[in-house]
Amino acid sequence: MASVLDVDALLGDPQTRIIVCCGAGGVGKTTTAAALGLRAAESGRRVVVLTIDPARRLAQSLGLTTLDNTPRPVKDIDDTRGGSLDAMMLDMKRTFDEVVEAHATAEKAEQILANPFYQAVSSSFAGTQEYMAMEKLGQLRLEADRDPDNPRWDLIVVDTPPSRSALDFLDAPKRLGSFLDGRLIRILAAPAKAGGRAYLKVFSAGVNVVTKTLTKILGGQMLNDVQTFVAALDTMFGGFRKRADHTYALLSAPTTTFIVVAAPERDALREALFFIDRLDEEKMPLAGLVVNRMYRVSATSLSAARALGAAEELGDEESLRSSGVGSSGISERTAITQGLLRMHAVQAEIAARHESLAKRFIAGHPGIPMVEVPAASGDIHDLVGLRAVGDALAGH
Amino acid sequence: MAPDAGSVRDTDWDGVRLHIVTGKGGTGKTTVAAALALALAGEGRRVLLAEVEGRQGISQTFDVTPLASAEVRIAHAVHGGEVFGLSVDAKAALLEYLQMYYKLGRAGGVLERFGAIDFATTIAPGVRDVLLTGKVYEAVRRRRDHRAKGPGAAPAYDAVVLDAPPTGRVVRFLNVNHEVADLARVGPIRSQANSITAMLKSPQTVVHLVTLLEEMPVQETVDTIAELRAVGMPIGGVVVNQVREEILTLDVLEAAARSAISRKDVAADLTRVHVRATDALVDGLLAEARDHAERVTLERDEAKAIADLGRPTYRLPSLSEGVDANGVREMAETLMAQGMA
Repeated sequence: MASVLDVDALLGDPQTRIIVCCGAGGVGKTTTAAALGLRAAESGRRVVVLTIDPARRLAQSLGLTTLDNTPRPVKDIDDTRGGSLDAMMLDMKRTFDEVVEAHATAEKAEQILANPFYQAVSSSFAGTQEYMAMEKLGQLRLEADRDPDNPRWDLIVVDTPPSRSALDFLDAPKRLGSFLDGRLIRILAAPAKAGGRAYLKVFSAGVNVVTKTLTKILGGQMLNDVQTFVAALDTMFGGFRKRADHTYALLSAPTTTFIVVAAPERDALREALFFIDRLDEEKMPLAGLVVNRMYRVSATSLSAARALGAAEELGDEESLRSSGVGSSGISERTAITQGLLRMHAVQAEIAARHESLAKRFIAGHPGIPMVEVPAASGDIHDLVGLRAVGDALAGH
Repeated sequence: MAPDAGSVRDTDWDGVRLHIVTGKGGTGKTTVAAALALALAGEGRRVLLAEVEGRQGISQTFDVTPLASAEVRIAHAVHGGEVFGLSVDAKAALLEYLQMYYKLGRAGGVLERFGAIDFATTIAPGVRDVLLTGKVYEAVRRRRDHRAKGPGAAPAYDAVVLDAPPTGRVVRFLNVNHEVADLARVGPIRSQANSITAMLKSPQTVVHLVTLLEEMPVQETVDTIAELRAVGMPIGGVVVNQVREEILTLDVLEAAARSAISRKDVAADLTRVHVRATDALVDGLLAEARDHAERVTLERDEAKAIADLGRPTYRLPSLSEGVDANGVREMAETLMAQGMA
């Protein structure tokens, strides 16, 4: 018997402080994160939801009309149980700027912010969004814990960026952190320092190859920008690696849990599994898998094959009859029933496919707690829709 | 053989050598790129299908062993056409590039040890994209006989299909020139970026967008087309994927939406063909029809938004069995029938 993901138990457990929603692009991560946040808030928790790139109308329903990198309260939630819901949308450049401003002197910060290399890294480096999402998560956590007796938030729900790979947000902080603190950047920053001692001769020959080749590839002026950037960043050395380590520790803490979201499609489930394995490898706590957008039919007792057969039979019977009587009213009416049966057959077939994909997944991975969320017939862009998703997540 | 010499059919994109396919995550852009490659490979052509994000989407779609940075044949099309697959890797592209232009030798290892290769391929902004698009650029320009020169020489590939990053990142990815402009004002990366940009913005290239009839994917399609246009990239067609078969007529849908279908009539019809017309069954069917009507209404709005774009539009039916290698062939046939290839 497969285990069930008990969302209400998870949201109700005061030990759950961070929930990370991850999965492939287009499976409904943002909606799931928002629905979990709303459900937790309406059950009495003080929640902040960090979204990365919400659909326009969903963002509006959460009151996210301005992108100002600060959590804002979501209006019209049911707060009778004493909960609250704040939401924010990540501005990665601003988050990065704030990191710099917080860790460098005013003068250095100004130099860094004006540097072309910094501007490029902070606005377009492929991992910056992931790095800054995790940075923001750390900041929210600090803010939440500022007053332990009266925490501003006791639950943070975070949506992960639509990355090249769903794992980028685990790797990007380390990658950027180790680069910014790494050997190469020190060499670039101060090539002269390396040449002094005898045993460093080989090292310095290596340095020459590196700088010469990088100059060839990137052009001397880009290297120059990098060097000024690094020099300006000098005071922050160590800080980036430390922050990356801190983020990593936060993600593997027992109060953090991951929810992997997938759609009932072969590729999305494969990616979800890949992600689950990776979490396991990193010893990060998995709450379970949400299989989103499961197609369901209402007339469950009628199979696709039987519905198609009945539609055909109805047509046959009709043509027999009309050769005798020929009343057009009946035929129009029958066409409706026939249409309903054919429509049902198509939907039942999709539902059966989704069901069998989910079943096979469960059979292959019985240890992974799972919950299925039915597909909604329209787009979800208001609190009513989010509440319905929340109900489904909780198995109602 | 010139690219068009063997063609007897008119397609919407005659003369295009590079087809770039993008779309929101979950719309099936990799499958559509694969189907387009198969369709283009009809009539004995050679087509390269390339991916740049290391996802192995191509090998999974065609059910072949994972692709590496070497081009291998992954499928035969009808009449002897061939599709080759390539997973472009930035690191391999950089080392190949350095080898080609600088005869690097041992220095490659030193660069690797100092983290310089990682720096150039993952951290230096824009450089990675120049390397990835650069490899595609090279494949488009390559001659079948590498000694042959001039415009008459036969190309190695009649067409290249690029399974590009999703809509959220594609404009930045393709606009390499702008990305490196502030950083590399001179130097080889800059001139490489200039050549790539010239090709990407030429009539040889188009960017196709894959969407579903849902709010987010359509919104992203509309936004991305505007962004592509703003940076001067040539826009191709819009492929509407997973289109549901129209089963109920407009009248029936309207009646269903208003809950105006007679329960009694439906129950009587069902009984006539020996289906046990329980309340649950009849109500279930009517509820399904209502939901369906709601979906169809939304889909019509989205279809209108796509029509308003005024781009050539192709529709691929939803495959009830899901997409496997056979499904891709079916999709290729449909694209050919609609004139995309």
